[in-house]
Amino acid sequence: MDTQFSAEDLVFQAEVRQFYKDNYTAELQAKLANLDTYKQTQIEWQKLLFDKGWVATGWPQEYGGTGWTDTQKFIFSTERSSAGAPDVVPFGLKMVGPVIYAFGNDEQKQRFLPGILNSDDWWCQGYSEPGAGSDLASLKTKAELDGDEYVVNGAKIWTSYAQYADWIFCLVRTNNEGKKQQGISFLLIDMNTPGIKVNPIVTIDGHHSLNEVEFNDVRVPVANRIGEQDKGWTYAKALLAHERTSIAGVADSKKNLAQVIELARTEGGSGRSLINDPAFQKQVSDIEIDLMALEFTELRVLAALSSGGAPGPESSLLKIKGTEIQQAVQELRMQVAGTFGGVLSDESGGDISGHEFGSDARRAYMYGRATTIYGGSNEVQKNIISKAVLGLG
Amino acid sequence: MNFDFSEEQNMLRDSVSRFVMDNYDFATRNEVVASELGYSASNWNTFAELGWLSVPFSESVGGFGGNAVDTMVVMEQMGKGLVAEPFVGTVLLFGGLIEKAGSADQREALLPDVIAGETQGAFAYLERQSRYDLADVTTRAESAGDGYTLTGSKALVFNGMAAQTLIVAARTSGEQYDSDGISLFLVDAAAGGVTRTGYRLMDGQLVANIEFDGVTVGADALLGAAGEALPAMQAVVDDVTLALCAEALGIMETLNATTVEYAKTRQQFGVAIGSFQALQHRMVDTFMAYEQTKSMLYRTVCSLEAEADDASRNLHALKVLVARYGKQVGDEAIQIHGGMGLTDELDVGHYVKRLMTINTLFGDGAFHQARFNELTYN
Repeated sequence: MDTQFSAEDLVFQAEVRQFYKDNYTAELQAKLANLDTYKQTQIEWQKLLFDKGWVATGWPQEYGGTGWTDTQKFIFSTERSSAGAPDVVPFGLKMVGPVIYAFGNDEQKQRFLPGILNSDDWWCQGYSEPGAGSDLASLKTKAELDGDEYVVNGAKIWTSYAQYADWIFCLVRTNNEGKKQQGISFLLIDMNTPGIKVNPIVTIDGHHSLNEVEFNDVRVPVANRIGEQDKGWTYAKALLAHERTSIAGVADSKKNLAQVIELARTEGGSGRSLINDPAFQKQVSDIEIDLMALEFTELRVLAALSSGGAPGPESSLLKIKGTEIQQAVQELRMQVAGTFGGVLSDESGGDISGHEFGSDARRAYMYGRATTIYGGSNEVQKNIISKAVLGLG
Repeated sequence: MNFDFSEEQNMLRDSVSRFVMDNYDFATRNEVVASELGYSASNWNTFAELGWLSVPFSESVGGFGGNAVDTMVVMEQMGKGLVAEPFVGTVLLFGGLIEKAGSADQREALLPDVIAGETQGAFAYLERQSRYDLADVTTRAESAGDGYTLTGSKALVFNGMAAQTLIVAARTSGEQYDSDGISLFLVDAAAGGVTRTGYRLMDGQLVANIEFDGVTVGADALLGAAGEALPAMQAVVDDVTLALCAEALGIMETLNATTVEYAKTRQQFGVAIGSFQALQHRMVDTFMAYEQTKSMLYRTVCSLEAEADDASRNLHALKVLVARYGKQVGDEAIQIHGGMGLTDELDVGHYVKRLMTINTLFGDGAFHQARFNELTYN
């Protein structure tokens, strides 16, 4: 039992730290926070990571990935969070990319992986539907074979950044027989295809990142289907456990909590910092202690992974606790902001009142309510643990 | 980075686990606890033969030379069986103090007998008013000739009735709460002026209040330097706190497993109660509580072994989680067992009472959270 980094790991850690220090500038940070410049800046940032060879942390080397050990991945993500830098947009690099290299044919790998790696293609995820949320397998968007094309009809919902996307990866129904998990296929669809309509959804944080995507007789070449027809659920499922592990957000929560603690040193009343209030301290440490434990829960899952396992039901635990902690930290930041936490943003996402973080805190808090819903709601995760770990039917 | 046990640690774990399975069913355990000693002398000999009593001691005195992970491995398995033998009192507290504070002569004179299972010991440190403050000592040791005379009252001395030798924390200088001025003395439990009153705690263990009424000891009774005992006391108490948290983890695992098993077999409304989602989610919550506690235990033991800066912070955090999640696991175990959970004949309540006892030992959750906060935010 040993959690110390090797000498090589320490060298790597220093290199990563220096990279973020040199490249993740205040100017970049400001442009990422501004909704008008977000997309272009995010792409530029990912291209920088691509040039460095660090953009595809989970991919095997033969497909352009880093080939890092799990410890290196852990170091990289921790350093990224400490620098306050954003993760890559997950849809291409963390979601569809791995499905393509694992289950796609050679032609698909050659066609799609380069655009994902260099961030020329922006991807979005077409899983949920108006009638299929936590019960994802009940999805109804239909793809009917017509010659060498599928004709797709239906609608996807909660599609993050569909307004920016060049491509969408979709689960569609190609067969109504048998169990609902059977008869689902995995399609890659060009967002410029006629018949696709993107309808914005404004969320309770006042912003537009989510969308409904309508498909009306959208024609998709059969060559854009991953793997076999009707087997798409298998490919999608392999992805879900990875998604749950990554949305635990342990490193980001550490960074965010440290920031809240710093803010609570300057905020306060009656001449006393909030951080010196024992009641507030207890609220903070209730969260911080659970987060310290979760950090090791994540390391335990990583250690199991590096000895050959796949992320199992434990990834559900990470998702549940990770998102609960994310929300608790967001709530704490709102509390530190006080009434300034109610301030609305201006058009570019800044704070109208001139307060430093009130508007940000509100946006993060409001949008953060999504974390316990997306990736399979936390209640669904509990059903998974109950069945797969505890054996309760 | 790895969380695997070494081959030796796996053997140690299997050895304790097998003993618990083969020799420590609930009925047997209850007989052991109800006996006059509060433990089984024959079990204690077995522990010695199997080498468990040697685990934390250095090889120079015939010990196993184990570290905190080794002790953790033993204690976790003992927790699963609610083992009542005084491993904490004699080996970890009494033996730990001799190992940490004693001279080479004292270690060589005393520890081989502990390892052989021939000595029972106890640490008399707590007083009626001390609560969780190790420095709150009013018992005094006055110089008398070549030695000392001890006067004062100790309470809640674990294994205090069975112990042949006591280690007593007493003031050789300073005032009640001072960090300096506390000394440790080896005292024969049968010495003149020592009066012991035994009583039981809710977990079944036999403890003692001990009066020292002008007890005289020689200069060689002093363990470590006069007036400088507190750091060694704290170090030993930290080791024991970690060990107790490992025991608590073993208890939590057993309670969760027992409860899930019960939910699978207990029928109500024509179905197993484990098919109800309201109960399933409660059991998932206790599963997560257990996993989080285990992670914090691993975090703490790794930082202690690496002598990392955050080790004491981790230990406070661990005790906080053992309190918080131990209570949750215990409460749910009773709740899901329904009326049966309230009965003395079922083991569930006994596991819960041991968890409740561990919670208060060497500082409860609130105490450790306050220390954690001081170290972290002030």
